[in-house]
Amino acid sequence: MVRYLRYLLPLAVFLLLAAFLWRGLALNPHDVPSPLVNKPAPQFDLPLLADPNVHVKRDDMLGQVWLLNVWASWCVSCRQEHPVLMRLARQNIVPIFGLNYKDTREEGINWLNDFGDPYVASGFDANGRVGVDYGVYGVPETYVIDKQGVIRYKHTGPVSDEALMTTIVPLVKELNG
Amino acid sequence: MKRYLIALLLCVPLVGQAKEATYENGNPEMYQRVMAISGELRCLVCQGQSLADSHSEFAVDMRNQIQEMMEEGKSDREVVDFLVERYGETIRYRPSLNSTTVLLWFGPGLLLVVGIGALYINVRRRKKAVLNQPLSAEDQRRAEAMLEQKSGDKQA
Repeated sequence: MVRYLRYLLPLAVFLLLAAFLWRGLALNPHDVPSPLVNKPAPQFDLPLLADPNVHVKRDDMLGQVWLLNVWASWCVSCRQEHPVLMRLARQNIVPIFGLNYKDTREEGINWLNDFGDPYVASGFDANGRVGVDYGVYGVPETYVIDKQGVIRYKHTGPVSDEALMTTIVPLVKELNG
Repeated sequence: MKRYLIALLLCVPLVGQAKEATYENGNPEMYQRVMAISGELRCLVCQGQSLADSHSEFAVDMRNQIQEMMEEGKSDREVVDFLVERYGETIRYRPSLNSTTVLLWFGPGLLLVVGIGALYINVRRRKKAVLNQPLSAEDQRRAEAMLEQKSGDKQA
């Protein structure tokens, strides 16, 4: 047994290392786990993109499961994601609240007019302060927030149909009970 | 001479580009503090760069955020905690010591100790094995012949 150990041990170490490295290859280095998941969504109080006189707060959204989608007119990936959100909005499964991130009011509004508006409303976060509170680092980002205002999931990058069907929609349904 | 002059001219635009991330406003002392702390923080959108090294929009925003918080009188510790709260421990190049990072901190040292230990035991065991090995009659004769020859050389 001991005789075999000297051959088996290095082999075992090699296999372990190879398994870790193989796993590492499949990880996306841009995917930074958010510390905010399962924590209360940060408070905000923002003017609407469509109307600077109307403000919306985080607590206005309490009592329902909702998506917070961070977007901007300058964001190329948002364009790729946009049709997916439009389809989701039409299905009336979950309200999508937009966070218009570091944009100008005019360009933001034009973007929605040109491509369609999947949002129940969009808050206007011109200086990106709310974005920082939510740990936004790459637009688009999507948060699933439950009835108590707790972030339950964060998706970084454009939401695909697949991500919707396999993760986001099932989670929304589960949270809605 | 002309060739040297051209070579010199070719260097000119490079000097301009090698400049560090731009110094926007505030006093130089503040700038030093912002840069010192940015050097400890990972730029999440650009692989392998710190917030101090990067020109990406994310890094510039973060540096502005850090500077603003410092101007409000926040300590370095408070600024880092603020960012960790939002972006996670990943943003720090030197994550704090806790149950999930303990292997990260001490794993390499542990491996080194285990490796040296294994080497030590191995060498000792081998030494003992060599010492316990009796010489064959042939080897004994050769060794004696060599020793004799050596002492013979000295006398000569």
